[in-house]
Amino acid sequence: MSLWGRITGWIVLLFGLGYFLLPLLGLTEFSLKARRGVYSFDAYAKIIGDPEFQATFAYSITMALVTIVFGVLLVVPTAYWVRLKMPWARPYVEFITLLPLVIPAIVIVFGYIRLYNTSSFLPLTGSIMGTNLLLAFGYTTLALPYMYRAVDTGMRTIDVATLTEASQSLGAGWVTILGRVILPNVVPAVLSGAFLTFAIVIGEFTLAALLNRPAFGPYLARIGANKPYEPFALSVIAFGITWACMGLIQLANRFSKHTKAAQ
Amino acid sequence: MPDARTAPWRRLPLTWLGLAPFLIFSLLFLILPTAHIVIGAFQDRSGAFTLQNLRDLNTGTIPSSYWVSIKISVASSALGCLIGFGMAAAVVFGAVPRAIKAPLLTFSGVASNFAGVPLAFAFLATFGPVGLVTLFLRNNFGIVLSRDLGFSILSFWGLTVTYLFFQIPLMILIITPALEGLKREWREAAEVLGASAVQYWRMVALPILFPSLLGTFALLFANAFGAVATAIALTGSALNIVPIQLFAQIRGDVLGNPNLGYAMAFGMIMVTAVANILYIWLRIRAERWLK
Repeated sequence: MSLWGRITGWIVLLFGLGYFLLPLLGLTEFSLKARRGVYSFDAYAKIIGDPEFQATFAYSITMALVTIVFGVLLVVPTAYWVRLKMPWARPYVEFITLLPLVIPAIVIVFGYIRLYNTSSFLPLTGSIMGTNLLLAFGYTTLALPYMYRAVDTGMRTIDVATLTEASQSLGAGWVTILGRVILPNVVPAVLSGAFLTFAIVIGEFTLAALLNRPAFGPYLARIGANKPYEPFALSVIAFGITWACMGLIQLANRFSKHTKAAQ
Repeated sequence: MPDARTAPWRRLPLTWLGLAPFLIFSLLFLILPTAHIVIGAFQDRSGAFTLQNLRDLNTGTIPSSYWVSIKISVASSALGCLIGFGMAAAVVFGAVPRAIKAPLLTFSGVASNFAGVPLAFAFLATFGPVGLVTLFLRNNFGIVLSRDLGFSILSFWGLTVTYLFFQIPLMILIITPALEGLKREWREAAEVLGASAVQYWRMVALPILFPSLLGTFALLFANAFGAVATAIALTGSALNIVPIQLFAQIRGDVLGNPNLGYAMAFGMIMVTAVANILYIWLRIRAERWLK
């Protein structure tokens, strides 16, 4: 690598890193400026004490956990079944799971609102519980591409057919095979899908706002319009959560590599 | 289960049953809702077939919103590709220590997911009227961003600069494997034949990378085109782009015609679908070389 190549490389890299770090620095600095003249955690204290923050945050965490459960229940049996019995269907199933990346979320939720209104065959938006359920299904759909890819990659590393035959010859039924043989073997993959789902759901705005549910994302957007420092403190928290989720994914992946190497 | 073994015609439906939950779920919460929008785009109020809604897309503020959306998506994807490519190349080709690669990829994974409302606030706090950079430039150099450079975070360039925060990392994530797929032998062969570095890039490396580059551009384009939350949190309704207008339409039928709203959503699907098909097609082409 020539000297000029090195210099150009460093310039590009430092420019890029500056571009990533500056907004995070700006965000953090601004969130600490609630008290005039000195840095303080006033904005954080205020926001964490806000009952609406607590309510929306709890709501979004609950939603994320419900979505993860739905996602695992939906994706693990499907990926397993496709690998075991219908390998020819894999490209088609994969195609369907990738569709949420092609169809914008705002279009999907638009469809929900019109299709599941009070006069439809499945009036989910008619009740609060129904809307919550619809939102969770919507999040499951948004997370489908990530969840399916993670779990399917995990399934590739285990011998699904042999494990199934061994379990069957020991008298296990389908539920036992899935729950006690297959699932424990793909835990790292499921975990990395789960953390990504968590990161997506916790700050999600479009679906929650249009379905009128009291989630964290719409709350953040709303206080952004009428509070000076709190939204910035909240954004720091949101970034921290995203960062933690990604860190946990790395950890889960490392764990899976470790078990593979040990086999 | 002995019956199933003796009667092969029964097997097929039983195998299908395992896929049923997934198929029913994706039908109910992905395909039917989308189909409802697409069909609605081709219906008038009484439900009869019409192309009038698509024609009406060419009225009022709709064409300009598509145009602004496409411009922002093109600008942020082009810059994202350029900067992301530069950063990935610097790391892959050893201009900077290779130890930077792993942390850079991890960070890219985080940043490409850090879209939405918090991102808008990060850029407001940095380039907004009282942001870190704005104040720094004003206090130390006497440069006022809005007056001297004509820059506002609530404008076309403001949104583009904000989108770059998730566009660049996405580019890095996708292009790094492609760059690593460039074989050392190709470069050596070119050098043996007397090619300069410029010739190697122009005649060997770039043609091989071209499908990857163009494909990633398409993916970045779709990514920016469908982004809703960042735009709404950043500009409110100040900027007239498709996702914001559709959001307002879903909330309160601002267009005064529900089927026109469907047509707008249909247009959005078309744009992102074309971009994604281009991405998939080019990716298949690119993988021929990068095995």
